[in-house]
Amino acid sequence: MHVTLNVWRQTSSKDEGYFETYDVADINEDMSFLELFDVLNERLLAKGQDPVAFDSDCREGICGMCSMMINGQAHGPETGTATCQLHMRKFNDGDVITVEPFRATSFPIIKDLAVDRSAFDRIVESGGYVDAPTGTAGDANLTLIPKAVADKAMDAAQCIGCGACVAACPNGAANLFTAAKLMHMNLLPQGQPQRFDRAIDMVETMDAYFGSCTNHGECQEACPKNISIDFIALMNKDYVKAQLKNRATVSQK
Amino acid sequence: MSKVSSPDLDAKVPEGPMDQKWDKHKFDSKLVNPANKRKFEIIVVGTGLAGASAAATLAELGYKVKAYCFQDSPRRAHSIAAQGGINAAKNYKNDGDSVKRLFYDTVKGGDFRSREANVHRLAQESNNVIDQCVAQGVPFAREYGGLLDNRSFGGAQVSRTFYARGQTGQQLLLGAYQALAHQIALGNVEMFPRTEMLDIVKKDDRAVGIVTRNLVTGDIESHSGHAVVLATGGYSNVFYLSTNAMGSNVTATWRAHKKGAYMANPCYTQIHPTCIPASDDFQSKLTLMSESLRNDGRIWVPISKDETRSAADIPEDERDYYLERKYPAFGNLVPRDIASRNAKTVVDEGRGVGPLKNGVYLDFSDAIERLGKNVIEERYGNLFEMYERITGENPYEVPMRIYPALHYTMGGTWVDYNLMSTVEGLFVLGEANFSDHGANRLGASALMQGLADGYFVLPNTIGNYLAPLLGEKVLPTDAPEFVEAENAVHDQIDKLISINGTRSPDDFHRELGKILWDNCGMERSKESLEKALEEIPKLRDEFYKDLRILGSDDEFNQTLEKAGRVADFLEFGELMVRDALHREESCGGHFRVESQTPEGEALRDDENFAYVAAWEYTGDLANPTLHKEYLEFEEVHLTQRSYK
Repeated sequence: MHVTLNVWRQTSSKDEGYFETYDVADINEDMSFLELFDVLNERLLAKGQDPVAFDSDCREGICGMCSMMINGQAHGPETGTATCQLHMRKFNDGDVITVEPFRATSFPIIKDLAVDRSAFDRIVESGGYVDAPTGTAGDANLTLIPKAVADKAMDAAQCIGCGACVAACPNGAANLFTAAKLMHMNLLPQGQPQRFDRAIDMVETMDAYFGSCTNHGECQEACPKNISIDFIALMNKDYVKAQLKNRATVSQK
Repeated sequence: MSKVSSPDLDAKVPEGPMDQKWDKHKFDSKLVNPANKRKFEIIVVGTGLAGASAAATLAELGYKVKAYCFQDSPRRAHSIAAQGGINAAKNYKNDGDSVKRLFYDTVKGGDFRSREANVHRLAQESNNVIDQCVAQGVPFAREYGGLLDNRSFGGAQVSRTFYARGQTGQQLLLGAYQALAHQIALGNVEMFPRTEMLDIVKKDDRAVGIVTRNLVTGDIESHSGHAVVLATGGYSNVFYLSTNAMGSNVTATWRAHKKGAYMANPCYTQIHPTCIPASDDFQSKLTLMSESLRNDGRIWVPISKDETRSAADIPEDERDYYLERKYPAFGNLVPRDIASRNAKTVVDEGRGVGPLKNGVYLDFSDAIERLGKNVIEERYGNLFEMYERITGENPYEVPMRIYPALHYTMGGTWVDYNLMSTVEGLFVLGEANFSDHGANRLGASALMQGLADGYFVLPNTIGNYLAPLLGEKVLPTDAPEFVEAENAVHDQIDKLISINGTRSPDDFHRELGKILWDNCGMERSKESLEKALEEIPKLRDEFYKDLRILGSDDEFNQTLEKAGRVADFLEFGELMVRDALHREESCGGHFRVESQTPEGEALRDDENFAYVAAWEYTGDLANPTLHKEYLEFEEVHLTQRSYK
């Protein structure tokens, strides 16, 4: 098959960017979207033209490194799928496809389609952990966790930290990412002692870097792991509660 | 009649009974008192399970840590892709499990080529690892009563595997990453993402620092420490196509090798039987499908190599269920290496399936008929969905196509009981070292080893090395040793860029991968290995004549990154083949066609090869020096595997 790509090129965050058009002929419909870019880059290199920079690593939808806006959609048209698992058979012969980096001021462009998402690390560093130094744990089965709780925590914990939620949001908000990490901890018994401090620290760090949520729900649509915006509601509830909760009575209902 | 190991390879295994060695060693080790720990700086390269857990734990203890990864965040290391689970000897199922049994299974599963004392310690620490992960909030699967669930996995007759859906590696890595993030926030760890280690710096034969390249700016920088820890994963990508991430590479351990760290058993590589076959020449990586599929899927190929009909149209009597035919007792559940070799045999006979005739069928139609589609969906729904996303075929209707792929490497840097390499002060953890899995790793044991090394082993053994160094300052980064190493790194980069030929690094990498897969893959013979030894040096010469890199070294340049890694694979690949050629026996993942039983099974030669082969770099790739660490089996008796 044959496609035409309009690809965003930008040398660094300080330079002006522009779209460059590439005709890519003779491609196989079983290729992934990133393999299409591998082929494009091999051909560019052969012609002495600078290959397109883009991030990817595991290429099986779990590391969260790949990040492309494809025809205006984060990770492209297929729901619940990261760019690395999107295949060319989802496009038609002759399609014109526009490819941009994840769009958000909080994700400055490094080069072409590669962006800097380190603001996510700052959110986790501010409170996205249970303080349990190595060697201090009791036997694993001493803490009983109802299956429904463990399952719900896992639904949140499977976030891959790719940033599609931010790129899809008209406000560039990181509420889905933050809520997924926060509620993974806050739903579990192990997360209770630091629950309310965690909510305040993570939400306020998020606010320092990202835009505000106005309930568009685009994040949930773009999420390659189908994480629900219900977690944002739970986060908001914990954040409000945290303002009033007397920390000395955290253990009480 | 124990043979004498090379004097360079003192494994420093503690005296005493097997189950007391680790406790005794911890008691006998020197300690660094809490107030003095902050006077020591430790460099940790790699932030997967082993690296992140080590960096976090060392920082919790009070050491000053600097951590490095080439990805944009420590959370993305390839440990994240592990699906199945993590073993521990908890015996929560009351089915007769114990530390001793996990130890025994691991030594036997490794085909008697691992060091018993290390494996025993791993089994002991496995329980602490689970406790630690649960305390961190890892959402392991639970029973309705709230207790942890376990399942069984290949190579064991007990249920000892803890799991978090099909994303166990992800959840364990996030646990370690979050502990690391906490230490970063506290200022105890300085984190360097998008930074690649390009050399080890030594002074007076000790590791005193590293040289790195900032992948965004291209800056070459020096970092000093009292000790250097490498946790940089395995080298499956030497084969080009593997289940590893695109960036996984051998650069850190190979460059350490060139500075004196011996490389042990590089020929021990593991091939996973159930991966999705390549769809064309531009396939960039292979995706693994969980081995659990073999519980209900039947593996077959057409009897005729001229078959053109679709699977459903091929009548029963024209199909060859070759595993059921050859191994009636185990059938489709034979171990990984046997399933893989048999798939290769039928594909080589021209009986492969799919457009490129490069796979075998894994057929669920009988299971769906017997159990109903609902049951199959419940068991494998997410895997079927993943398969359909990648191939565009619905496995409820047409059989899956699978083929083996490189998945894990048991070989790696030689380390002693303290996880220290032959370079003083250079420690190596996780998949990057050689120590615990012998010639074959059991399922769900890689995660166990990475975390045991990082959370519990290294933090206990590193004090022994550091304690006598109290009061010593780290080497300033403007010392001649650093300047010399930086210059060498600049020279290597300039050399690569100035070739200005016509071929991309990927193009060379693909060719190297093909040489290795064809000649040093599932089956190896003297003839095939000698052929590879002729071809690899030629390809390496060609690489240095015809490589093309555009752009410069002072920018974000992914072609340059790739070229440096391929250059190292081209050297390392040759050592791997030499190791395979010298080991004239079959064991675990290493199958020499000259050494098989009359039934075609792997035949070990314990008389001549019950040793670790540790290779020393001499400056001449054609003539590395072999050192041997003889393995003694005090607890587990040597036996031949049989799965008939």
